[in-house]
Amino acid sequence: MDKFVIIGNGVAAAGCIEGIRSTENEGRITVISEEKHPVYCRPLISYYLEEKTDREKMKYRADGFYESNGCSVIFKKAVSIDKSKRHVILEDGEKVSYTSLCVATGSSPFVPPFEGLDTVKHCFSFMTIDDAEALKKELSKDKDVLIIGAGLIGLKCAEGIGDRAKSVTVCDLAGRILSSILDDDCAAIMQKRLEDSGIAFMLGDSAVKFDGNKAIMKSGKTVKFDILVIAVGVRANSALIRDIGGNVNRGITVDKYGKTSVKNIYAAGDCTECVDYSDGMNKVIAIMPNAYIGGFTAGVNMAGGKTEFANPIPMNSIGFFGIHAMTAGSYDGELFEDRSENTIRRFFTKDGRLIGFMLVGCNERAGIYTSLIRERIPLSTLNFDMLRKTADFTSFSAESRKHVFGGEI
Amino acid sequence: MKRIYVNEEWCLGCHLCEYNCAFANSGLKDMVEALKGKPIFPRIHIEGNEKISYAVSCRHCTDPICVKSCIAGAISNKDGVIVVDKNKCVGCMTCILVCPYGALALNENGVMQKCELCTRNSDGTPACVKGCPNNAIVFEER
Amino acid sequence: MKSDESKCVNCQRCVSLCPTRALKIVKSDCILRENCNWQNDTIREVYKQANSGGVLLSSMGNPKPMPVYWDKMLINASQVTNPPIDPLREPMETKVFLGKKPERIERDKSGNLINNLPAQIELTMPVMFSAMSYGSISYNAHASLARAAEELGIIYNTGEGGLHEDFYKFGKNTIVQVASGRFGVYENYLNAGAAIEIKMGQGAKPGIGGHLPGEKIVGDISRTRMIPEGSDAISPAPHHDIYSIEDLRQLVFSLKEATRYKKPIIVKVAAVHNIAAIASGIARSGADIIAIDGFRGGTGAAPTRIRDNVGIPIELALASVDKRLRDEGIRNNVSLVAGGSIRSAADVVKAIALGADACYIATAALLALGCHLCRTCQSGKCNWGIATQKPELIKRLNPDIGSRRLVNLMTAWKHEIKEIMGGMGINSIEALKGNRLMLRGVGLNEKELEILGISHAGE
Repeated sequence: MDKFVIIGNGVAAAGCIEGIRSTENEGRITVISEEKHPVYCRPLISYYLEEKTDREKMKYRADGFYESNGCSVIFKKAVSIDKSKRHVILEDGEKVSYTSLCVATGSSPFVPPFEGLDTVKHCFSFMTIDDAEALKKELSKDKDVLIIGAGLIGLKCAEGIGDRAKSVTVCDLAGRILSSILDDDCAAIMQKRLEDSGIAFMLGDSAVKFDGNKAIMKSGKTVKFDILVIAVGVRANSALIRDIGGNVNRGITVDKYGKTSVKNIYAAGDCTECVDYSDGMNKVIAIMPNAYIGGFTAGVNMAGGKTEFANPIPMNSIGFFGIHAMTAGSYDGELFEDRSENTIRRFFTKDGRLIGFMLVGCNERAGIYTSLIRERIPLSTLNFDMLRKTADFTSFSAESRKHVFGGEI
Repeated sequence: MKRIYVNEEWCLGCHLCEYNCAFANSGLKDMVEALKGKPIFPRIHIEGNEKISYAVSCRHCTDPICVKSCIAGAISNKDGVIVVDKNKCVGCMTCILVCPYGALALNENGVMQKCELCTRNSDGTPACVKGCPNNAIVFEER
Repeated sequence: MKSDESKCVNCQRCVSLCPTRALKIVKSDCILRENCNWQNDTIREVYKQANSGGVLLSSMGNPKPMPVYWDKMLINASQVTNPPIDPLREPMETKVFLGKKPERIERDKSGNLINNLPAQIELTMPVMFSAMSYGSISYNAHASLARAAEELGIIYNTGEGGLHEDFYKFGKNTIVQVASGRFGVYENYLNAGAAIEIKMGQGAKPGIGGHLPGEKIVGDISRTRMIPEGSDAISPAPHHDIYSIEDLRQLVFSLKEATRYKKPIIVKVAAVHNIAAIASGIARSGADIIAIDGFRGGTGAAPTRIRDNVGIPIELALASVDKRLRDEGIRNNVSLVAGGSIRSAADVVKAIALGADACYIATAALLALGCHLCRTCQSGKCNWGIATQKPELIKRLNPDIGSRRLVNLMTAWKHEIKEIMGGMGINSIEALKGNRLMLRGVGLNEKELEILGISHAGE
């Protein structure tokens, strides 16, 4: 009987379990989970902080998910893999043997070696439900919060805190917020909404040194705070593979079947890197859909099926205080833009195809655009000038509409 | 599986499907009471121009990317029908970002909603299909 | 929402589609000062003509309160002395054959029957959809009629507009018409159908030709009619090659030659004063079927005065033609088809009892397709997608629905015909044909009863 082992218990692991079970029902699945919770999706923690959801609703799968899929979960940390004997060694020395293994270890917050960080009493990351719980406990109306990093995590944390702190200040070395997915104009609209909702920004500036409840900024300014959140970025948890000589770049290298360079070992989710279908570059695309699909793909292939995840692209749907931005793909192409006072639609095309877009304040049916990127649909087959203004199917040919609406897809 | 299919050759753009959908999902017995004087949030939408029109609703894909992309695990496949657990949805709109057909939208409460083939209201056969005056929307096996 | 009552034609489309049944159309209370002589419509027509200087146009059948003899005839039923038949338990034949019947049985030397039966039309029930041209009605209306006729095993009629290439496949359920304009007539067309109909006249406009304006002659219609786009399609009042029965005979035999004597030839005439004599002539012309169209028959457009004042009722015409042909011993030369406001299965049964072999229906068929008798066909803006060529209106009629409703209607009528026949103790259309004993008149005078050839109720 096959023994499937999955290290990690996030969305990629859930995808892997469902992928395996979509293919076979015999093998035993063992999940090794460092976090002591049933699977949940990490982006939910800001909604949890905001109390838009609770622990019960956050469960990614219904109770009984593991049992009904023939899974056992070991709540321990995996410390190494013995690839020749094919087992995983846990923190307490226990060995879990596998016929095929999926590494779905995700990523960890990156904390730069700030001088004096050890003097800060209340310093948090914002990655896990435990982080959110700890932060929530500490929050109160009379406390100032400083968040280092104006990326997705830092800003969702700021929104989650909302008005439950005296003040929230976000600083980032970059000159704009969400610098990895938005350009200046789009970022400005989002920033304005955040500022209108009471979030203060210090951009192009970041802390260099801490002294108790004071941060000394690069600009020389001093910021007082009671609670510090560090959200400067994440690193793929790739050590398990790197330690046994597997190919690791910024993330674990996997092919389109989810296989690593080590025999019988697969990997999926935020710990991996793959080829961005929109620009052909190798990168870590640490987003939830890719984690699930990557996990599912790995699971199917581990169980003896054959499927591939051929078109991962970066895409983000992010909103704060009622304004929403959606982005997808890459931006190195010809720009088409339509904008109004509070909305921006930016599309990037290359070689007659859509490769990326940013939509701020106008995201109805954005998936129609996303699919143009993921399916590499030639823009010559449709009326792109119309489609850019309204995402609907009138811009497509009657034939493609017939395909979409007249048959099983 | 029976699904909803539309044929733009017969769609008149009358929008009755939208009203029938909103009514069927209102849980009320009287259409006037259910819809009069308020914005409606149907799960099927007519789109088109002067020349053509057609209704768009969830295609209930065999390999639904919305299910795979939902960060809350709120969208699931129930015997082929793609359904939303309104309780779990946090309104992150990732499904809107990925659905190739633009078939999902927020309801009046900021929670995602989509066509569930009238499996959760009393009707049984989709209300849009029953009410279409020109057979432009059909519910059948293909 | 606003509505302009001056533009409302009372087509009831809005009423039918409103999901909450919140709409109703009411008669405008803004009426002219009426009296019994000068009624509202009469006055308005005068205003209209004073404005335009033109002939008034109308559509559908004569709306005037003229006698409807169908409603003054009652059907017999069996009691005690002769048993009725339950059509659900006993066989009941509704099939009919239209065409000339041989005068005698012929046998060869060894005594075997010689098949000397001329070409016939076979119908599963004694009803056909009568002529409506592609042009006067839409592609989808034709598609509905053709598909329904095929499913029912009956016949529809191209009218004078030719046969659209898409519908050649329904040939065995099609009558192709040859009218005075000869639109779309060529060899393949003549051979495409189950029969050929020479249209001499139409009940709604006896003695009048037709005129389809050039703006309607576009695309497929121009192709099907075989005339240039934008040219007016004018059907002259007479056939310019027919001024006598002898001339008609020439056309009948030309058409028979062109179709190798395989197709029965129908001659369609409007019911006019000397219809019996005309029918007698036609029966001697070589034609196989005579179709008579009464003055209440419909039209896509006819001069109002003609529609409302010319021609005679089909009931009287049919009775007198049947009698005349019998008297002259030539009834078997031809089959008789009665049309011009056959509204129900009861009308069909009464027509057959008066002597018809089958009936033509058109208005009833259009009602099945959605027509609400708003009587504005001539505007070309039919809201039900029937009498229009506007693409956005045509698409309102989905032939899937249209043909199903026609099939439903005919199926219902067939059930009713069987019920009524069974009640009379009659088990086939053949046995009912010309059986005037099955009819009694009510409220008719001696002369009317005499022409109809029936007794008064109670007699």
